[in-house]
Amino acid sequence: MNLTKEEYNEMTKKASPPSPAAKNITMAFLIGGLICAVGQVLIFAYQNAGMDSELAAGAASITLVFLSVLLTGLNSYDNIAKVAGAGTLVPITGFANSVAAPALEFKSEGFILGLGAKMFIIAGPVIVYGVSASIIYGLIVYLFGLY
Amino acid sequence: MAQRRGRYTVVLDNPPSIRAAATVGSKKESEGPLGGMFDIINKDSYFGQTSWEKAESQMQSIAVSKALEKAGLQNTDVDFIFAGDLLNQCIGSTYGLRELGIPYVGLFGACSTMAESLCVASTFIEGGVAQTAVACTSSHFCTAERQFRFPLEYGGQRTPTAQWTATASGAAVLQNGDVPPFVRAITVGTIEDLGVTDANNMGAAMAPAAAMTIKHFFEDTGKKPEEFDLIITGDLGKVGSSLLADLLRRDGIDLGDRQSDCGLLLYDMEKQDVHAGGSGCGCSASVLCGHLLPQMREGKLRNILFIATGALMSPTVVQQGESIASIAHLVCLSTQKSGGVF
Repeated sequence: MNLTKEEYNEMTKKASPPSPAAKNITMAFLIGGLICAVGQVLIFAYQNAGMDSELAAGAASITLVFLSVLLTGLNSYDNIAKVAGAGTLVPITGFANSVAAPALEFKSEGFILGLGAKMFIIAGPVIVYGVSASIIYGLIVYLFGLY
Repeated sequence: MAQRRGRYTVVLDNPPSIRAAATVGSKKESEGPLGGMFDIINKDSYFGQTSWEKAESQMQSIAVSKALEKAGLQNTDVDFIFAGDLLNQCIGSTYGLRELGIPYVGLFGACSTMAESLCVASTFIEGGVAQTAVACTSSHFCTAERQFRFPLEYGGQRTPTAQWTATASGAAVLQNGDVPPFVRAITVGTIEDLGVTDANNMGAAMAPAAAMTIKHFFEDTGKKPEEFDLIITGDLGKVGSSLLADLLRRDGIDLGDRQSDCGLLLYDMEKQDVHAGGSGCGCSASVLCGHLLPQMREGKLRNILFIATGALMSPTVVQQGESIASIAHLVCLSTQKSGGVF
């Protein structure tokens, strides 16, 4: 076969169908939006039950995390995510799923080296770089005295 | 004696017979267009075990036992077993076969393992060091996902080029004998790499290996595609199959409508959500053992080329930026023991 890696790369690109972007973006918008709307309804409900807005927001987040983990445990979350894509990934529910899924999966290797060690294989980098970014942001705010 | 033809091909003068073969699958495989071909279906993908790895081992154990039962043989009749799978250290095979007491040669060829094990088993028999040998392999969707990709319950989207690892196992019993089909020739593949780094596009990564092995076979033997009823690759899926046809056409080889792919046959491409098709050692193994070999015995197929393809990578090297090295081994099968195709 007389062809370079570059030529083959071009052939591969032509032969490989792209992800259905229009469908994926629409579903992500609808289902992601729906999850956020549910979150807002929960905040209103908790406020009506007498919580202040900060406490209500925290309680709504906890409720969404609980629902996400529950659906992950019931083997449903991945089926919803297959259609919703970024719609289920971006909200807090996606983060909860990314911790619950490996916890379930690696339980077979024991609670320490399996569940405990592997629980954050997906969420770990998000935490590491999220915290790191917060520190840098904090330093910038401190140095420039923006508040 | 086996004769070397050209640089890559070995023609077997006293071709071993594939006396019997067995296949094991699970729920999704049973719902596909070839669902009826499986000897044993267990809709519980745990196969009654407590982990996915144990389930895969159990599948191989069942497949080998069933194949031996169909051949009317005992464990003690088998001189060697050649087996492998996708898991680290080939544990699917070693733990599945550890109770058998059969001399074991573990092979790693990723999804090419069925062809690889047939190549080795048939040359051992032809060389006279074995009377009876078993070639066997398996893959399990859940063990492959957790080793190569994400936890099962993780909510991710698969790309259209991704393939679905079959939960299946196939085992073939080879012997000196007169029961068709026969292994007439083998072409051991070379490691090929045209720089594909996308682990979700294995078909594209493996197509150059398949093209190279097929080209080597035709160059070495002087045969033409028209002399075969079917030229079937392991699991290139939709993307890889179309690339294979393009690559071979550049070299003046046109497989035409003889070209097929096990990954396109095992599942319903429209209804079963397998994207570019099936994959995994068990995909080509079960299609060969459960679908192609019976068709040869019935005389519906006479001469076929079976080319199982494998991606010889690990998540570690891919994360380090390496491209995906691939291989394809070819097995030429015929219903005639002599004459005909060779």
